[in-house]
Amino acid sequence: MFVLVEMVDTVRIPPWQFDRNLNDSIAEELNKKLANKVQVHFRYVVFHPFLDEILIGKIKGCSSEGVHVSLGFFDDILIPPESLQQPAKFDEVEQVWVWEYETEEGAHDLYMDTGEEIRFRVVDESFVDTSPTGPRSAEAAATSEEPPKKEAPYSLVGSIIEPGLGLLSWWTNS
Amino acid sequence: MRRWGLLRKDGNSVLLSNYEVFQLLTDLKEQRRESGKNKHSAGQQNLNTITYETLKYLSKTPCRHQSPEIVREFLTAMKSHKLTKAEKLQLLNHRPVTAVEIQLMVEETEERFTEEEQIEELLHTVMSVLPAEPEAEQKTDASGDVEMNEEGRA
Repeated sequence: MFVLVEMVDTVRIPPWQFDRNLNDSIAEELNKKLANKVQVHFRYVVFHPFLDEILIGKIKGCSSEGVHVSLGFFDDILIPPESLQQPAKFDEVEQVWVWEYETEEGAHDLYMDTGEEIRFRVVDESFVDTSPTGPRSAEAAATSEEPPKKEAPYSLVGSIIEPGLGLLSWWTNS
Repeated sequence: MRRWGLLRKDGNSVLLSNYEVFQLLTDLKEQRRESGKNKHSAGQQNLNTITYETLKYLSKTPCRHQSPEIVREFLTAMKSHKLTKAEKLQLLNHRPVTAVEIQLMVEETEERFTEEEQIEELLHTVMSVLPAEPEAEQKTDASGDVEMNEEGRA
């Protein structure tokens, strides 16, 4: 899920750092400029899973949008309702997605609880430009009735619709 | 100077295994600890946070018990199975213990593995070359069979 990206960038080294080891100065300037900021996907080591990659994360919570998954260092993963093991229903009271697993005895509800480890497949990614827009758009946003939607610059869409995917506890050996 | 990108990809980027990233971040953490400087700038704190969170995640995966020798041995063992780089990477990162997991990570197993034994063979190779979590080894069923766990909730 990680790639090493080569980049060429011009950094300003202030005169009082000229006597330091040049590599250290450059590394520090690049880190200050790039580490864990909005443009986070352009670091030396980049978190960038490939399409169809299998990953394991933890359920952060559920909403009508689907199941939200986190890896700790990366939070913006969503498994939409249509990509859950079917049939699935959203329990409004407990705010949790449920797999209505069918057995001979009837449906057996399997809950997708917060904190549970989950294995999923990466099926899509989304890059959103979150750089500031000009004054005109800011004004328009201020007068519109809806609050501005905070979007993640990079997010993933997952699926658990295949055998072996979903909560690890669903598939472990007894 | 360690050679990065044991699994190369075409284009501008190189696929890194979880092991390589784990090692890189561990070294980085050590370097910063040794340098002893108090780095409280926002950029440095952001880097510390992401390093901490990523190490925390990776340390709970099989790469925790890997080494350059084990990774090299794994890649050699994989040669006869004719897998793509992406497939080998997933097997390395996940250390699957069931045939179902293999089928998730390797494409078109029905066409490429005509005998069920071949999947079992691949599974056996993966499990024997890559070290397991010490406690997990006792829990894994020897045959690697999967059974649906009937419990819905703990």
